[in-house]
Amino acid sequence: MHIPDGYLSPATCAVLYTGAAPFWYVALRRVRKALHTRLVPLISLFAAFSFVIMMFNLPLPGGTTGHAVGIGLAAVVLGPWAAMLAVSIAIVIQALFFGDGGITAIGANCFNMAIAGALVAYAVYRILAGRAAIGSARRVMAAGLAGYVAINVSALLAAIEFGIQPLLYRDATGAPLYCPYPLSVAIPAMMLGHLTIAGFAELTVSAGVVAFLQRSDPSLLKTTAGRGAALAEPAAGRAMRPLWAGLGALLLLTPLGILATGSAWGEWMARDFSNPAVQHEIAATSFQQAAPLRAPEGLARLSQIWTAPFARYAPPYIRSAAFGYLLSAMFGAGLIVLACLTVGRLFGRKEPAT
Amino acid sequence: MKLLDGHGGFLERTIEGMHAGLERAVAAEHSAAGGGLLQRLDARVKVVGLLSLILAAALATRLWVIAAVFALAVVLAVLSRVPLRVLAARAWIGALAFTGAIAVPALFLTPGVALYRLPGLHWTVTAQGLTTASYLLLRVITAATLALLLEFTTPWVQVLKALRVFRIPVVFVAILGMASRYILLLLETAHEMFESRKSRSVGALEGAERRRMAVGSAGVLLSRTFQLSGDVYLAMQARGFRGEVHLLDDFAMKRLDWLALAGFAALAAAAVWAGR
Repeated sequence: MHIPDGYLSPATCAVLYTGAAPFWYVALRRVRKALHTRLVPLISLFAAFSFVIMMFNLPLPGGTTGHAVGIGLAAVVLGPWAAMLAVSIAIVIQALFFGDGGITAIGANCFNMAIAGALVAYAVYRILAGRAAIGSARRVMAAGLAGYVAINVSALLAAIEFGIQPLLYRDATGAPLYCPYPLSVAIPAMMLGHLTIAGFAELTVSAGVVAFLQRSDPSLLKTTAGRGAALAEPAAGRAMRPLWAGLGALLLLTPLGILATGSAWGEWMARDFSNPAVQHEIAATSFQQAAPLRAPEGLARLSQIWTAPFARYAPPYIRSAAFGYLLSAMFGAGLIVLACLTVGRLFGRKEPAT
Repeated sequence: MKLLDGHGGFLERTIEGMHAGLERAVAAEHSAAGGGLLQRLDARVKVVGLLSLILAAALATRLWVIAAVFALAVVLAVLSRVPLRVLAARAWIGALAFTGAIAVPALFLTPGVALYRLPGLHWTVTAQGLTTASYLLLRVITAATLALLLEFTTPWVQVLKALRVFRIPVVFVAILGMASRYILLLLETAHEMFESRKSRSVGALEGAERRRMAVGSAGVLLSRTFQLSGDVYLAMQARGFRGEVHLLDDFAMKRLDWLALAGFAALAAAAVWAGR
């Protein structure tokens, strides 16, 4: 993820230094205003922490390990402006003293990870966390996804920077002068690793540390929690009440489905192919491409394997279509709630006995 | 019963990584205190000179010019008593392994004049592919060598103070200086945390439990960081800190420094001119 020297042209590096500079300026002004004399020790210490966290090897599902950058965590704990300063400082020190990332590419690395990463992580976290209580599971999920999305946006930016090099810089023989791979290679190559290993490392560290802080030091999560967030989780029953009410309303509204005529595109049954009305409907919704007169052999064979008890949301023994819809919705929603409760019971963390 | 985290496990790798980081910092400080050519120069001259050589290598569009800058970097390393094995271990091997893996497919994927067809695989090495892979490898290895020279011939604090020549705000330089010092402290703290955890753990843990342990350690470190930040802030206030940052500027240019600056400027300008 840290771009070394030599991969980007000096012009690209200059553009990215120029792009990063206003963000650094605004971040410094905002953070200085908010922290005043605390600015220097807080950002210094958090930059040091960001540096160390990048050295953690995180065990990931599937037996592999990965490194996180900690962008999501920094944005959740410090807010976007202080996070971009702290992570930028860590990136500068890595480049100058540890050979990790290039010196000419400091602007690019800071722009991708510290600036874009911190802003994206903060936006995702605030949108997903909403006004949930600081100790809520929703904040853990929001922090994890913030880290995951942020590292992938950073990787995408880096891939675009790599991918435009061969378009812009070639020598007299046509050989690329810097990163040799075009966008069509650079983007999939970068994203493959980041959507999987690096993304999950970032998700793990962001979600895991936020969950840890909820139990051990929830005050650290207050900075970015928004005004409405309370430190304590509201009583579980009360918090869930609006969700149950919403689910009930949706169940009651399910008979609206019978107002729609025809069938959804691509959800045809084997017998629909021999029905002239459905044939006509398929052709009308498929750019006048006529459907075969008989159901495809594979579809006909596979459709015999399983017959749903509530086919088309209307069990044959119920005469009222509206009641059939309602019954199907209650049965389906009940099954999902049951499955969630079972999974929660199997994998959920047990509260320690007091 | 096997150990918690066998050889090559995440605990070992994290400890090794942190140990390598600490060891590198100590080696760099030790080397920077030596009596070689670059060690005798003003930090500002080294920062400006070595960075302009990195820039010249980045700008060059001729392979021989980048190779010449690389050769110059090696000569500077020898004159500065930075052993070649240190360069190889800390810059070249890593750069060759990482960038080599990235550069090799370019041999076959870059369209151009066919040079050689791999028997059996029917992959064709093109002249343009060979050139672009050489550009990438040479630039990376040259920049890595020059960056390592700066690190191994100049104490960290001086490098950071020398950044002021680029008009970087003094508060940034102060934060960089403090962060670099506390990195060593936090690295040591994290290293000790993992070592102690490893030494008192027996039995195999499942993946989820190991993840919980790693993020728990990160959480503890984060709490300690904030606690330390508060302590440092109080200590700074007790010593009269009121938000204004002042740096002691103890640099003084000598004749050798001016000569070296002229030399760096001439070499970088020549490389940019020849490599255009």
